[in-house]
Amino acid sequence: MARRVFSITLWPGIIAAALVTALTLGTLGAVAIRAESFSALSRFDWLAVRFTVVQALLSALLSVLFAIPAARALARRNFAGRGLLITLLGAPFILPTIVAILGLTAVFGRSGFVSIVLGWAGLEPISIYGFHGVVLAHVFFNLPLATRLLLQGWGAIPAERFRLASSLHFAPKDVFHYIELPMLREIVPGAFAVIFLICTTSFAVALTFGGGPKATTVELAIYEAFRYDFNLGKASLLALIQVLICVLAVVASLRFRVPQMGTGGLNRVVQRFDARNMPTRMLDLFWIVAVSLFLLAPLLAIALRGATGIVDLPASVWSAAFRSLITALGSAALAVLMSLALALSALRWRGLEIIGMSSIAASPLVMGTGLYIVLFAITDPANWALPITALVNAVMSMPFILRALGPALSGAERDYGRLADSLGMTGLSRIRLVLLPRLRVPMGFSAGLAAALSMGDLGVITLFARPEAATLPLQIYRLMGSYRMDQAMGAALLLLGLSLALFYIFDLWGKRRA
Amino acid sequence: MLELQSIRLTQGDFTLSADLTIPVGARVAVVGPSGAGKSTFLSLIGGFEAPDEGRLLWNGQELTKALPHERPISHLFQDNNLFAHMSAAQNVGLGIRPNLRLTKAEQARVTEALSAVGLSGMEARRPAELSGGQQSRVALARVLVQEKPLILLDEPFSALGPAMRGEMIGLAKEVSTRLSATMLMVTHDIADVDRFADLVIWIEDGVCLPPRNWEEMKVDPPQGLKAYIG
Repeated sequence: MARRVFSITLWPGIIAAALVTALTLGTLGAVAIRAESFSALSRFDWLAVRFTVVQALLSALLSVLFAIPAARALARRNFAGRGLLITLLGAPFILPTIVAILGLTAVFGRSGFVSIVLGWAGLEPISIYGFHGVVLAHVFFNLPLATRLLLQGWGAIPAERFRLASSLHFAPKDVFHYIELPMLREIVPGAFAVIFLICTTSFAVALTFGGGPKATTVELAIYEAFRYDFNLGKASLLALIQVLICVLAVVASLRFRVPQMGTGGLNRVVQRFDARNMPTRMLDLFWIVAVSLFLLAPLLAIALRGATGIVDLPASVWSAAFRSLITALGSAALAVLMSLALALSALRWRGLEIIGMSSIAASPLVMGTGLYIVLFAITDPANWALPITALVNAVMSMPFILRALGPALSGAERDYGRLADSLGMTGLSRIRLVLLPRLRVPMGFSAGLAAALSMGDLGVITLFARPEAATLPLQIYRLMGSYRMDQAMGAALLLLGLSLALFYIFDLWGKRRA
Repeated sequence: MLELQSIRLTQGDFTLSADLTIPVGARVAVVGPSGAGKSTFLSLIGGFEAPDEGRLLWNGQELTKALPHERPISHLFQDNNLFAHMSAAQNVGLGIRPNLRLTKAEQARVTEALSAVGLSGMEARRPAELSGGQQSRVALARVLVQEKPLILLDEPFSALGPAMRGEMIGLAKEVSTRLSATMLMVTHDIADVDRFADLVIWIEDGVCLPPRNWEEMKVDPPQGLKAYIG
């Protein structure tokens, strides 16, 4: 029987797991106790359920559909800026939702760039509000994710297959049929399921672009029941439905191999002999340009329009930025500490990691509602707005952090476990001298990710914050609501800069000396 | 002496059995076809595997249940003998204190060990800045400061070229002489055995034969060894 000397105390991991469970299942329990019978739901609420599912299906479908030609073009073309474009495809993940929303408004809104061009042609301006606006924003966030996932699929195809194809004189459509389609069949369902799941918990996008009977998600309905009617029973019932949708989506996705978000296989361009003809070249060029424009135009719009607004931002924006920064740092510290405790304990007790991952099926708005109900019984929840925001965001980013830390940790044990055992490196020496140095890179990345995600949060904070104590995203949303678009754009540029800087600084800390 | 008394270890459909004694100060080569159980044999002595039956004794002291670091043993593994994020001196220092909090005198011992293996002035280098041979020297310097009476080598030099491997085996011999230590080395190269061993343990299909004098064994090899040498 093989044995391990290294035994780590389990209690920090158990505390972290208990905290996560309290936030996922505990809040749900608090909500369930308050929930009334299903008859309390109006026709309006059922429309929200339908809308949530339909928009998520359509968003996932479009994201994956456009990602296929885009990823294929990236997989078989080498061009200047390819690496940059691929890096950029990862950016929407840490991009604050409200920034993307403002950027999309500046491009696709009623007075946006596209409407202006349409006006020259004598056509009506388009509106970004409603069903199509919600889907557009979701595709903006998830098309890059889908493209990266599929690009990894292309990268995993052995180069020899393409060489064999060329020796057999395959046309591009044969290559697609015999080589690429089997890969897509394996990866597309998983990518679709992940994006569907992400879109079902959409709140900020629905809050800004949606609303009304035709474009309200369940998350938004929870918020409205809570904020406008203060109908806790109804909010609770909706929260249960939201969790049901998430759990069903997760269960459905378990049937597929869910692709892992990694960095492997992205940098390789396969030599393709079948794709040298002009029509395929033009096709690839089209998709690369189209995706780049779709991604970059909203960000450029923010940079251009925000640059003028950023010089005379009101003091309220700066104090909101300060609050957000503190919250983000707190959230990053919490997320990394809890994930580290969990990942270490999971070396001994695998189940703990699964608990840490469980928030992937949770909705932050449901957590917020549950925490509000609990806190409401004790104190004024508004006093706890920032700590709650930090905590909920920390738990929400844990699945991604655990995924980064877990492999590094088990890799360190695999490589050095025996050596450390034979030298008698146990307990804290083991953690300090063997594990932490090996975890530096994923820890920097994780802290950056958690900080950026929390910095851009426009979810749970909307439930709690007092008007005079908003975070930066919330302040931007308010400026937007009062049609002070220039200030909103300026503040969005500030938020974008702060989020990227946080991620970059932490990530760099991890990679320095590595 | 090291005694393995009626040891049996079963892993799936593989069973390792050993009932043998190794005298103090001997240099023993452990030889056998791949998959015969050479590494498992060393893991058993090192404490990374626990036997299902039998006892392990060092000079009469029971080791069967002791943890790896509680045994009077230094190890050189096939790879990952050095922590990539630590300097040569730190890697050696771990042999004295696993928390690396060394006194001045202990640091001096590290420096002395590094110069004994021919690495003076390279204390601050990291493994990536050292050649394969130099990395082996750092690992041997650690064996020196560990001062354990039993040294287990699990093909640690197999990634080196023939000349360098010969040099490292020579250095390992010096280290064991200096510590008056018993040394066991797994190898699959008969040239290594010639260079290194007084005694040879032949392992085949999980059966470990008692150590025999190498010169005698060459004259009268077990059935499997004849086929192995070819």
